[in-house]
Amino acid sequence: MDLNTRLRQVAVVGAAGKMGSGIALLLALELAYRALETPDDTFILNLIDMNDAGLQSLVRYLRDQAAKDGERQINRLRTLFRDRADLVDNQDLVQEFVFEVLLRVRTGRTLALAGESHLVFEAAFETEEVKHAIYKDLAARCGPGTYFLTNTSSIPLQSLSEACGIPGRLIGFHFYNPPAVQKLVELIQPRTCQPELAALAGELARILRKKTIPDNDIAGFIGNGHFIRDGLYAISEVERLAPEHGFVPALHMVDRVSRDFLLRPMGIFQLIDYVGIDVFQLINQVMARYLGAHLRSPLLDRYLALGVKGGQTSGGGQKPGFLDYQKGRPAAVYDPDAKAYLAMDADWARLADARLGPVPDPTLSWKALSRDPDPTPKLTAWFRTLQDQDSLGADLARRHFRASRETGLGLVRQGVANSPEDVNEVLKLGFFHLYGPITDYLV
Amino acid sequence: MKTMPKPVYLAAGAYTVSLGPGRREFSPRTGRPGLDHYIREAGRAALAQIGDPAVIDEGVIGNFMAARFNRQGHLGSLMTIVHPALEYKPALRVEGACASGGLALATGIKSVLSGLAEVVLVMGVEVQNTVKSLYCADFLAGAGYYAGERKDGPAYFFPGKFSERAGAYAAKVGPEPARSAMARWYRNAVENARLNPAAQEYHNTVQDLFAQGLTPPNPRTFTEHLNLFDCSKVSDGAAAILVASEEGLRRLGLARQDVVEVAGFGQMAANLTAPPPDLTELTTCRLAAAQAREMAGIGIQDAGIFEVHDCFTISGLLSVEALGLAAPGGGAELVSAGATARTGPHPMNTGGGLVGYGHPTGASGVRMAVDLWKQLTGRAGDFQVPLAKEHGIMVSMGGNDKTVVSLVVRR
Repeated sequence: MDLNTRLRQVAVVGAAGKMGSGIALLLALELAYRALETPDDTFILNLIDMNDAGLQSLVRYLRDQAAKDGERQINRLRTLFRDRADLVDNQDLVQEFVFEVLLRVRTGRTLALAGESHLVFEAAFETEEVKHAIYKDLAARCGPGTYFLTNTSSIPLQSLSEACGIPGRLIGFHFYNPPAVQKLVELIQPRTCQPELAALAGELARILRKKTIPDNDIAGFIGNGHFIRDGLYAISEVERLAPEHGFVPALHMVDRVSRDFLLRPMGIFQLIDYVGIDVFQLINQVMARYLGAHLRSPLLDRYLALGVKGGQTSGGGQKPGFLDYQKGRPAAVYDPDAKAYLAMDADWARLADARLGPVPDPTLSWKALSRDPDPTPKLTAWFRTLQDQDSLGADLARRHFRASRETGLGLVRQGVANSPEDVNEVLKLGFFHLYGPITDYLV
Repeated sequence: MKTMPKPVYLAAGAYTVSLGPGRREFSPRTGRPGLDHYIREAGRAALAQIGDPAVIDEGVIGNFMAARFNRQGHLGSLMTIVHPALEYKPALRVEGACASGGLALATGIKSVLSGLAEVVLVMGVEVQNTVKSLYCADFLAGAGYYAGERKDGPAYFFPGKFSERAGAYAAKVGPEPARSAMARWYRNAVENARLNPAAQEYHNTVQDLFAQGLTPPNPRTFTEHLNLFDCSKVSDGAAAILVASEEGLRRLGLARQDVVEVAGFGQMAANLTAPPPDLTELTTCRLAAAQAREMAGIGIQDAGIFEVHDCFTISGLLSVEALGLAAPGGGAELVSAGATARTGPHPMNTGGGLVGYGHPTGASGVRMAVDLWKQLTGRAGDFQVPLAKEHGIMVSMGGNDKTVVSLVVRR
């Protein structure tokens, strides 16, 4: 069955979640354009989630985003609707397009809705128990030719597919958040994956205008393989620095160094908050189960026990986690002893900043460099200064850089990634880093 | 009419800020003032310059598409909110696409000439930022021949239509001279706007405007021959001015040096359903401006200040030729040489024009008359230019050169 035939019946499981809704949008748009280009074909998108309110929000989201896409693609719509004499204004065309998108969408709470689907995307909660239950149920409901694409970012797929009775029919298709915008898809082929499924997944990624990086089927894959270890390294640095500087200043310093000295889009603790401390811990637990207990973090358990979880609000705002935020920017640091946030606009933070010392001169920012077509010369000069600078900040930056590089090299050594380039690409595309971890800016 | 049958004057002009993208106080997300606000503000600013508003005999308001932008018709009645003295007197809204403001002036002038009114409050208004620019393009496309042109026309309809003109003009004078002249027009417009606190580009701080104007057009996202800097803005604003007879001036208590005289005007419409006879010429603008000059009994070299309808930079270049300041195809060179800059021999759109001040469509014709009145009575503030000549000329154009009103005024 070719891809176009498979796309006539598609399902997304966990469609109301953050990742599921983005995947649903990408598919809904693709199916609508296909339907307009080949009016004789019927395309159906089954969107499944346990959460009724979430499904309603999802339909609203699809409506709003379809309108925005139609507005961007107005010239394409003018061509597609060229024979519709009743559609003249841009507004007519965009409204009709939104209708065409929603026309193909069916929502429901049970997996029965996926029964006739030829392709099932799954973006459910990131635990093995949940995924097992879903795939066992799907295996019973779907035909033997159905392919399954999971958005898991950590769970090994060979054992999952075997345990659920779908060996060969499951592939990892890991989008980054938000799926409609982010260009990267990590493609994870379990050992016995059917070649037709692998080829089809590659073709689908091309159609959705995604760049794929092949990962091997080892817990955490490349993206989380680096991110989780990077987060755990940062926690270990905080614990190392805390006796001398205090826990809260230490956390502030490590976060700032990763952002302002290593020139990342956000500090490491801000990134964990963005993902959610709870989600980070779920992934961490999967990796620890498969790769060893050294990956466990008691500190994260402590935060979660205190109800400090981070993550996003339904409106896309940042919830408090390691840090609290004002207008999207870090403004306070959580003190687990005091069970309270300490504002950064205070002497303790100014003292911590003074202890770090200045960033190299001239000051660079991730934001400015991300728009620079060739940031390499500026990065080279920046890190050359950091290499020789005698300050706590420079020292922490050098240590963090080396730890990140070692993590990247480890992913290649352990066979998670096929090459250093693949590791670098995942960090650049998926995490918006300006440079991959396996570089020689600092030695 | 060969000559003006009796003297008619323009007095007490005013306009609001042109609000829209570019102004610091503009935010597409927050609420904005509506039609009422702009009508009140511009109308009252005009009335504040005179004695008793009771002397106003009549009101005329130009507006293009409030019925779609604001779901509001019946603006003749709405304009009485300016002052209770306007109630129970004639008031009407006139429409001629982007020349609606010009038509309002012509209507007011004719009322005074008829002897039925001595003082007419002429206004123009448009509030366009109620929709995204893509849908704004839908509403403005009503200035074209909807049944015949819209379905197969470009998404951004009028930018597309004037892109065709820009393409034809580039083929005539060469792509580089055409693009450079359009970039120069843009630079002039923004430099003028920076001197006019009400202009939409007043806050513009771009250093190299000419380089920005040279940005290659992107046909995939916009049009083949125009970039976004070639376009006038999506704007909210209103303008007001009084049209008065000699008797009207006396009743208003205004002296001759406070007003300008309408020395002549031309008004005409061309067939909306027919394509332009020549893409590289604004034929109707040329004929209407000639009619106005003929009535005034002046040649083009007698005018020292100009307001033209630069809905796009290409319309600016073509207007220079339509006025007769340059031969066909010669407008680009004249503009590139700086002749239409505020320091040149033919200062044009000195308050920013449609590209720099903004283009609240129904208000633009009236705003042009206000800027001429400001310049010729020495009230233009920071954008005042020294004037060696007595006359000013304006050309208000609607649609793709389909309705045109031209005025010659004298200080």
